[in-house]
Amino acid sequence: MARVVNWGNYPAVDGEIRGFSGDADLARAMADWPDAIARGLGRSYGDASLGPRMLDARRRRRFLAFDEGAGELTCEAGASLAEILETFTPRGWFPPVVPGTKFVTVGGAVAADIHGKNHHKDGSFGGHVRALRLATAAGETRCCGPDQDDGLFWATCGGMGLTGVILETTLRLKPVQSAYIVQDVERARDLDEIMDRFAAAQDAAYSVAWIDCLARGARQGRSVMITGEHATLDQLDEGRRRRPFHPKLRRDLSAPFHLPGFTLNRWTVKAFNACYYGLAPRRKKRTVVDYDRFFFPLDSVHHWNRIYGRRGFIQYQCALPLAESRRGLAALLSAIAAAGEGSFLAVLKLFGKPGPGPLSFPIEGYTLALDFPVKPSVMKLLDALDRITLDHGGRLYLAKDARMPAEVFTAGYDRLAEFAEVKAAVDAGGRWSSRQSKRLGLS
Amino acid sequence: MSEPWILILGASSDIAKATARRFAARGYAHCLAGRNLAELEKDAADLQLRTGAPARAVAFDAGDFASHAAFYAALDPKPVGVVCAVGYLGDQGKAQSDFEEARQVMAANYLGCVSALNLIADDFERRGEGFIIGISSVAGDRGRMSNYLYGSAKAGFTAYLSGLRNRLWRAGVAVITVKPGFVATRMTEGMDLPPMLTASPEQAARDIERAWRRGRSVVYTRWFWRWIMLAIRCLPEFLFKRLKL
Repeated sequence: MARVVNWGNYPAVDGEIRGFSGDADLARAMADWPDAIARGLGRSYGDASLGPRMLDARRRRRFLAFDEGAGELTCEAGASLAEILETFTPRGWFPPVVPGTKFVTVGGAVAADIHGKNHHKDGSFGGHVRALRLATAAGETRCCGPDQDDGLFWATCGGMGLTGVILETTLRLKPVQSAYIVQDVERARDLDEIMDRFAAAQDAAYSVAWIDCLARGARQGRSVMITGEHATLDQLDEGRRRRPFHPKLRRDLSAPFHLPGFTLNRWTVKAFNACYYGLAPRRKKRTVVDYDRFFFPLDSVHHWNRIYGRRGFIQYQCALPLAESRRGLAALLSAIAAAGEGSFLAVLKLFGKPGPGPLSFPIEGYTLALDFPVKPSVMKLLDALDRITLDHGGRLYLAKDARMPAEVFTAGYDRLAEFAEVKAAVDAGGRWSSRQSKRLGLS
Repeated sequence: MSEPWILILGASSDIAKATARRFAARGYAHCLAGRNLAELEKDAADLQLRTGAPARAVAFDAGDFASHAAFYAALDPKPVGVVCAVGYLGDQGKAQSDFEEARQVMAANYLGCVSALNLIADDFERRGEGFIIGISSVAGDRGRMSNYLYGSAKAGFTAYLSGLRNRLWRAGVAVITVKPGFVATRMTEGMDLPPMLTASPEQAARDIERAWRRGRSVVYTRWFWRWIMLAIRCLPEFLFKRLKL
């Protein structure tokens, strides 16, 4: 028995964990534990991949084949994006989609059908996967992909591990000329301005905004817009052009222990937000930064999740349809500012077209992600945010979720029947489950 | 393989894999030897993709002593170095009452290594080049009630490596005894190891490579195990035998 948490440190479960290496090893584990769930690096925030019995996929993280022509990598699902970046970026290849941390496994990226700053152009992770090898809950090993057994494939992309254990993944990497990003940073005064910026930035390869969720009145929605492109060789200065794939990466910091719960309060967060906004350039400012700084700024502070204290935090991420986004965002921000519960990690992003996965999170429109420390007043606020999200036709992201009621989930996701059909076909008893899937009625 | 290459015996060990990655990064090719060929072939593909250095897999059963001569004879060209990471922790409780388990512990940790390294040592001595890295254990430094069957086999292996080093020094062949303490590997999975004293396989591999580079004879990994084991060895027996270790 071990006490296990994901990145939000909430909730904690007491469960058994078991690793597996070969296929035979996994078959034995799945026969012993017919109701387990696979987990990787534990970077989802809530209770996905938590349960009384968990299979640790990290032992299987080998690279099996790489097609230099097509950029197609076949690897075991326990391999992390950090390992892919370390190995393949120096050879001119970059993962097709990266989230805000590189410490996620490929299996987890598929299971959550993760999105990145390029969703408006490139869609989510599953769209770049050519094939999967999956050990289903019923104990068979099946290969699937967009053109082979696509029902199972798309249910697995975003399926939170509920169709079985993802063993191997073939994904298409994209060619890059350097490990650098040409980044533009610019302030936006309010919600209208930032939404105009997003609408105008549809051609940027990457776009995201940090948003001050405590600003009220005329300043509501004030933000810092960040866009970026992979730097070509001629965009680099002399020194970097000589070694375009070997940036000097920063020394990492670490939060050595949990900070006391009161460290983050409305005043410290307000002060942080004012500084962040105040220091951002008024006019568009262009710089060249390495990919770590652009995509994974928080990875350089190991255990940054400890700043929220021992009780942990909840990341709340919702997506709203485009037509309702303006009104929905205003209502969400008003409710957050009125409650005075905010985080300095509020992120806004415009999604593009949704992918085919029935449980895939992104819908065309805006997504807002916020952190909140776990406490009773916050739980009440989140219930209120649920109502606003649903009133505007939105939904919540399963990889972040630790607490949404089943009704909120079923109201937000309209293709649950499709998923249930595939799940029933590969897991007749509906036994393969996590704490989250039980809470949401998915198994 | 045309470039200098290293033979890894017991290549499915996590310490062995991490060590191979470090040597591959220095340009050495690798041959991964062990029982599960299908898995080792994937390990070889992974090693090659990560480091760019060639790697292949070959079947090897440390317990099948009679096969070792043919196994080594078939390798062409011969390796410039060997890492012997064959090991089996076994179940101490079971091994106390069931000799078959005890025999397996001794066969894997001692006899199998001796059988293979005898052949390799002769070859290296004749050629006057090469290095042998043997992964023993701190468990071999003093027998303790919790794992003395494994410990006694490792003690034998440690003494063997010491003698081999003495013999091969004249031929210019380096023999390095590696004594890992707690390492978080497949072998120790499920054991409740103290995090402060437990190394990752990558840390162990770094220590091994450094010892090889600096021409060390015996290396503890992590370094503090040298002092922990010194203290344990210094305990007088009348006291030691009363402890639950």
